[in-house]
Amino acid sequence: MFALLPDNPSERITVHVDGNTVGVPPGFTAAAAMLLHGASSTRTTPVTGEPRAPYCMMGVCFECLMQIDGEPNQQGCLVTVVEGMRIERQLGKCKVDE
Amino acid sequence: MADFDAIVIGGGLVGTAVAYGIARLGRRPVLLDEGDIAHRASRGNFGLVWVQSKGIGVPEYQRWTRQSSDTWADFSKELLEETGIGTGHERPGGVTICLSEEELDKRRRLMEQLHIEAGETNFDYEILRHAELKKMLPAIGPDVVGASYTRYDGHANPLFTMRALHAALLKHGGTYVPNARVESIQAAPNHFVINAGGQSFAAPRLVLGAGLGNKALGEMVGLDVPVRPVRGQIIVTERLQPVLPIPTLMMRQTVEGTIMIGESREESGFDDTTSPEVIHTLAQRAVKSFPFLKNVRIVRTWGALRVMAPDGLPIYEQSSEFPGAFVCTCHSGVTLAASHARYYAQYVMDGALPAELARFSTKRFDVRAAA
Repeated sequence: MFALLPDNPSERITVHVDGNTVGVPPGFTAAAAMLLHGASSTRTTPVTGEPRAPYCMMGVCFECLMQIDGEPNQQGCLVTVVEGMRIERQLGKCKVDE
Repeated sequence: MADFDAIVIGGGLVGTAVAYGIARLGRRPVLLDEGDIAHRASRGNFGLVWVQSKGIGVPEYQRWTRQSSDTWADFSKELLEETGIGTGHERPGGVTICLSEEELDKRRRLMEQLHIEAGETNFDYEILRHAELKKMLPAIGPDVVGASYTRYDGHANPLFTMRALHAALLKHGGTYVPNARVESIQAAPNHFVINAGGQSFAAPRLVLGAGLGNKALGEMVGLDVPVRPVRGQIIVTERLQPVLPIPTLMMRQTVEGTIMIGESREESGFDDTTSPEVIHTLAQRAVKSFPFLKNVRIVRTWGALRVMAPDGLPIYEQSSEFPGAFVCTCHSGVTLAASHARYYAQYVMDGALPAELARFSTKRFDVRAAA
C-alpha cells in the first residue's frame, strides 16, 4: 500500500517486523516501518478486537500502539528505528507478568 | 413559567438518580444542571459500590449503604433494559489490602466493630492472610500481609451509570435543562419557583442534589448543609488483560481493562488539580500491593472533589421552614445511586423521610443545649 519516495537514501536499518527481517531508511519511525512492511492493520483494540492502523502519525491519536522490543502499548509513530529493533503488532489488551 | 411535580437541582449522579426515581413513579421532574463550570464530582469519581468500612459507629449508614449495594444489580439491569446502556456493574466482593501486621490488626478491629454494630442485620466478613488472599488475587506481592473481605462490595462505571440515568430520565418523560445555574429560589411551603438559566420553573417539591453547591442553595430554603470539598486523586493505567478479578479499596480494573488507583484524601479547598507527592504515594502503595504494576504505563491522572459533611455521612433532610424542600447529599454518589433512585425519590414524593433516615438529618450538627 505504501511506497518509499524516490529521493530516500540508500542506507538501510535492519528491523524485525512481526518476526520478518526487513530494511528501512534511517529516521523512520516504528509505525512507518510497519506500514511499509506490515499488514494494513497494526493492532486490534483491547475492548472489541476491531482492527486499527496508525492514523495521525504525530503522537496524538494513539491508534498506532504496538509492541517494541517487548514493551507493549508503545506509540509507534514516536519511536525512531534502531538497528535490530523488534516491532510487533499490539493484539488486544497488553499482557502483564504477574 | 413551566410547572412540574418536582424540581431537582444538580445534574450529577445524586440529582439524576433522584430525578430518574421520580420520573419512574410516573411523576414529572425537571432536572436543572449548572454546566461545566460546576465541580462535577460525578465526572471524576472512582466507581466503587462499596460497603465495607462504611458506618463505623453509625449502623444506620451501614444499613443504608448495604441496602443500596443489595439493590444495585437489579437497578443496573433495569437501566440496561430501559436504555440499552450497561453500567458495567459487578459484585464479586471486595478487599481492603493491608501491608503490615499493624494495618491488618486495625482492620480486624474495625470489621469486628461493624459486625457487632450490625446486630441482627448481620455483617459477614473475613480476614484473609496472604496465602488465602493469593487464591483470590494471585497478583498480590510478598509485602501484602492480608486483607479484609466482604461479599457486599462491587464496582461500576460511573460515567456509563450517569449516561444511563440521564437517558432513563428522558425516556420516562423527565425534563433535563443544561446550563441552568440557579439564580433565585422563591420558597413557600410546598411551592417553589426557581429562576435558572433565564427560565422559570415551579413545583411543589424541590430536591437539592447539587453536591458542593448545596451549601449555598440550602441557605435559600432554610437548610443548613455544611459540606466541604475533600480532594481525591486518581491514576489510570493503560488497558491490560484481566488481572484483578475483585476490586480493592484502592484499586479496581474496569471491564475495558484499565486499572484505576485512588483513595487519597486531602483538604485542598476547591483546588481539584493533582500533586506529584500524592500520585507518588499512591503509585508506591499500588506497586507494593501488586508488583506487576511497576511495568505498566500510566495514561492519565486527575483530581476531583468529594462532597463531605463534617462527619462523613450523607445529609438527608426536609426543610422545616419550607416543607417540600429536601436535601440529598453524600460522597458516595455511585454506591448510593440505587437507593436514591428507588427509595429517596419515593420519600420526596410522599413528602416525608422515614425514621431510618433521621440519623442523617442536619440536626446532628447542632450544638446540644447545656443541661
